[in-house]
Amino acid sequence: MSTTTELLKGAAELFPDEVVTQAHVRHLDLPGGAGRFALVTLDNGFDHTKPTTFGPQSLANLNAAIDQVEKEAAEGSIVGVGITGKPFIFAVGADLKGVELLKRHEDALAIGKGGHDVFKRLSGLAVPTFAYYNGAAMGGGVEVGLHCTYRTVSKALPAFSLPEVFLGLVPGWGGCTLLPNLIGADRAVSVIIENSLNQNKQLKGQQVYELGIADALFEGADFLEQSLVWTASVLNGETEVVRADVDRGEAWDAAVARGRAVADSKVHGAAPAAYRALDIIAAAKDGDAQKGFDAEDTALADLIMGGELRSGIYAFNLVQKRAKRPAGAPDKNLARPVTKVGVVGAGLMASQLALLFLRRLEVPVVLTDIDQERIDKGVGYVHAEIDKLLGKGRVNQDKANRLKALVTGVLDKAEGFSDADFVIEAVFEEIGVKQQVFAEVEAVAPAHAILATNTSSLSVTEMASKLKHPERVVGFHFFNPVAILPLLEIVRGEQTDDAALATAFGVAKKLKKTAVLVKDAPAFVVNRILTRFMGEIQNVIDEGTPVDVAEKAVEPLGLPMSPLVLLELVGPAIGLHVSETLHRAFPDRFTVSPNLKAVVEAGKRGFYVYDSGKPELDPEVAALLKQGDSVLTEEQVRARVLDAVAQEIGLMLDEGVVAEAQDIDLCLITGAGWPFHLGGITPYLDREGVSERVNGKRFLEQGVASVPA
Amino acid sequence: MPRTVRDVVFVDGVRTPFGKAGPKGIYHETRADDMIVKSIRELLRRNPGLDPAKIDEVAVAATTQIGDQGLTLGRTAGILAGLPQSVPGYSIDRMCAGALTAVTTTAGSIAFGAYDAVIAGGVEHMGRHPMGEGVDPNPRFVSEKLVDESALFMGMTAENLHDRYPSITKLRADEYAVRSQEKAAKAYADGKIQADLVPISVRRTNPEGGETGWGLATQDEPMRPGTTLENLANLKTPFRTHGRVTAGNAAGLNDGATASIIASEDFARENGLPVKMRLVSYAFAGVEPEVMGYGPIPATEKALAKAGLGIGDIGLFEINEAFAVQVLAFLEHYGIADDDARVNQYGGAIAFGHPLASSGVRLMTQLARQFEDQPEVRYGLTTMCVGFGMGATVIWENPHHKDAGGDK
Repeated sequence: MSTTTELLKGAAELFPDEVVTQAHVRHLDLPGGAGRFALVTLDNGFDHTKPTTFGPQSLANLNAAIDQVEKEAAEGSIVGVGITGKPFIFAVGADLKGVELLKRHEDALAIGKGGHDVFKRLSGLAVPTFAYYNGAAMGGGVEVGLHCTYRTVSKALPAFSLPEVFLGLVPGWGGCTLLPNLIGADRAVSVIIENSLNQNKQLKGQQVYELGIADALFEGADFLEQSLVWTASVLNGETEVVRADVDRGEAWDAAVARGRAVADSKVHGAAPAAYRALDIIAAAKDGDAQKGFDAEDTALADLIMGGELRSGIYAFNLVQKRAKRPAGAPDKNLARPVTKVGVVGAGLMASQLALLFLRRLEVPVVLTDIDQERIDKGVGYVHAEIDKLLGKGRVNQDKANRLKALVTGVLDKAEGFSDADFVIEAVFEEIGVKQQVFAEVEAVAPAHAILATNTSSLSVTEMASKLKHPERVVGFHFFNPVAILPLLEIVRGEQTDDAALATAFGVAKKLKKTAVLVKDAPAFVVNRILTRFMGEIQNVIDEGTPVDVAEKAVEPLGLPMSPLVLLELVGPAIGLHVSETLHRAFPDRFTVSPNLKAVVEAGKRGFYVYDSGKPELDPEVAALLKQGDSVLTEEQVRARVLDAVAQEIGLMLDEGVVAEAQDIDLCLITGAGWPFHLGGITPYLDREGVSERVNGKRFLEQGVASVPA
Repeated sequence: MPRTVRDVVFVDGVRTPFGKAGPKGIYHETRADDMIVKSIRELLRRNPGLDPAKIDEVAVAATTQIGDQGLTLGRTAGILAGLPQSVPGYSIDRMCAGALTAVTTTAGSIAFGAYDAVIAGGVEHMGRHPMGEGVDPNPRFVSEKLVDESALFMGMTAENLHDRYPSITKLRADEYAVRSQEKAAKAYADGKIQADLVPISVRRTNPEGGETGWGLATQDEPMRPGTTLENLANLKTPFRTHGRVTAGNAAGLNDGATASIIASEDFARENGLPVKMRLVSYAFAGVEPEVMGYGPIPATEKALAKAGLGIGDIGLFEINEAFAVQVLAFLEHYGIADDDARVNQYGGAIAFGHPLASSGVRLMTQLARQFEDQPEVRYGLTTMCVGFGMGATVIWENPHHKDAGGDK
């Protein structure tokens, strides 16, 4: 025991800023005369906006609480021990800030072992232990409960997960070992692997119960009371807890195999965490807990000292924190209210934008277009989408009525926009057309109205240049599908003023988008990097490398899809258009692929056919390809592509396209779905030495998204 | 349309354990609305035969209807308790007789045929809402001498009642208080109280009150078993120098909630609900506000007269012990001995506490238990004094009695 204390003391010294969780022990008489009971409350002393976490000092506090109840249990002065959390929060796991500070493998090992040593005491007391999952439980919070004899869960619990694999860790305080032994390997794989890799999907209380993680489910209104009444009935023998048998046969191996398939489909072998977790789950089949805990310790320490986890935490912080405080955004008090929105155009993109503004802002949205038929189609689209939401129960009839009444369409811009505060255009990507549209809008819209453009590649400054008030023009670049991808690149033109920008950021926030401020530079951030990346792939194909080699070359990155599948999704014609735009801006670095041109001219919508169920190069496309005779290996292709990306990002930072490399990564994660384990991309480029090779320096200091020096 | 008055019954009642108001009390960090909500939920759990959708009203009393006791508690508590949105609710106030009035008012509506079944109860968190919080008495009360200034201070009205009954000495009041504590301790030992208590989770973050973290309230905090006359003899008389009223022979300042199911007898029987008591009559009466504790006497007179009963017909009394003197005045008026076995068999508010608007249903819940144990008793009454000079009495029939439901 003293070794646990020393272990945690050493760890605590490395993390002086820990927000310390107390483990209060309070005694109570169980209902029904079931006896004296010790209830441990985990509480960091803050309200629910600062959830309870476990750092080394917190673990030491829990350890001390267990010392106390262990003694009482041994003396026979209590009949059981419970553990629960402060209002709305059970515990959300290890304090990641402490993990980021760790520099040495042995320190990382100490954290893993320290948690195990404390938690596993809960299963070794002389009396039964009960976890009451009253509120949010994640990671180590879930795990502390898994060490207890019994668990109850609140129906009101909003979020329950083992998110370690999502971040680049394994559930390493017992989760990988105990969960499959509790609920079977297949369900454990769903929680540990599948949910984690599915954007860190959270379980609700009902599901926690249905999965068999908790033995009883009670409503939030009197959750703790009913949990204690249930505890009394278990201790009295009135309630017998029956759990489903765990299948330790082939089903176990099949579950692990399924987990590997899930991991392959999500990270393509590029991030180790899921695979390490699956190894431990596979080994847990024999039920040897201590062996499993030791394996967890090792995996945890290895992963903590690896780049993927550091990138994962970095990415998590970008999405959770930086996204909420956009770098360079002006004072939000400058923002003007937006009580009516105009949309120029009523095509598909414009209609999607109208729907988004309507749902999030709940203000009148007016569509205009060049003829009534298009307008009717646009409004009809929005109405149909609202009906779909109604059908799925996402909005009720009253809300559907309200939203439908708010969207209208008119031919006459003067009629539609005369009282609009924010007008966004989504018309054809042609500078002359856009200038014309803005001139027309300016003539009829109020003087304060913001004019926003959804352009993906044209200059916002140029678009504004012919206006009387160019200071109110901002770029508002969404990513497809608009309803799903969180990124919104907000473009400041040369003359854009702070009020317009602040209003744009205010609107973005209401739209629940991740807004990143970008300079008015060609193709902004995501499209510029993706086009450079794709361009290099196309270059090597054009020069002679077989398509499959080029595609496979970037598989180790674990991107959501291969480059040519992505191009197919974007549409070859749009890809070509953007590459032409960028070629005009930067002819020495951005090429226009003749093969891509040929594919577009042939009217092909993609490169692959899927007749066999797997993508295979379309023979018609193959026939169009004219390749050179320079054949590269996968390694050579990868090096060329990464070098190009590193160079482009370096130049973008030099040009001041965004404030910092962090914004590039935030854009790639939220706009292109690039994975957490790459940290977007710059942590990976640093880690692999690409940044140093190409630019002579790292993008991020050592210790940011990497193990500190 | 011809109308038939319907019989109204007390189906079931529960309460939270009562706590001591103040920073060290068990409920110091517990919301009042949560206490009534949890009581309602326990009632529904105990009575699965009652379809929540069939509840016609939720009447919740509180004296101080602000903050967590405001916002039309009967309605908000219903929603918070998970009742269907179709179930309405309202708040009610008659100070100490709040829950009692919630019962009688809804009972009247049941008898009239407006409701079939209701939840009626009360809550008072005197720690979060001290007596007199936010009051603004009209200055005319004083300028026109409409009431004596002591009328607003309950302890002073109790001293005034001692004046009215010179024979009720401090010693008699203290002796009564000691017996109340003894009877309450015995009732606990006999398991008469616990079965109707709703356990309440209680959080404490300030170590001055004791162990911190979550705990569970399972019994009344104010009780002082083992209290002796000597313990009480030298307590201060805060309401008057050389007075008679002390913290020992009065109820304290408390937190607690109660809830009951009241239904038409037909509804209860059709839905398989228990019938613990049958309502016979009820009455309220006003008296001089400065002798508020006299109120139960005229209220009982009225209730007996309406029922066609005499005091001799009443076999069990549940009298709220706001002050020992107020119980003793009642007993003296009717010539009943201070230690009569029919009166407050389980002890009373001096031991359990008196969270103002909640107490009425506590009396009923205890009387219902006594009816069950004593089928030879046909009639019982619950009575209490009310601030600003009122009394409230409800007379009940024991359905376990052989003649129950028949002619008087």
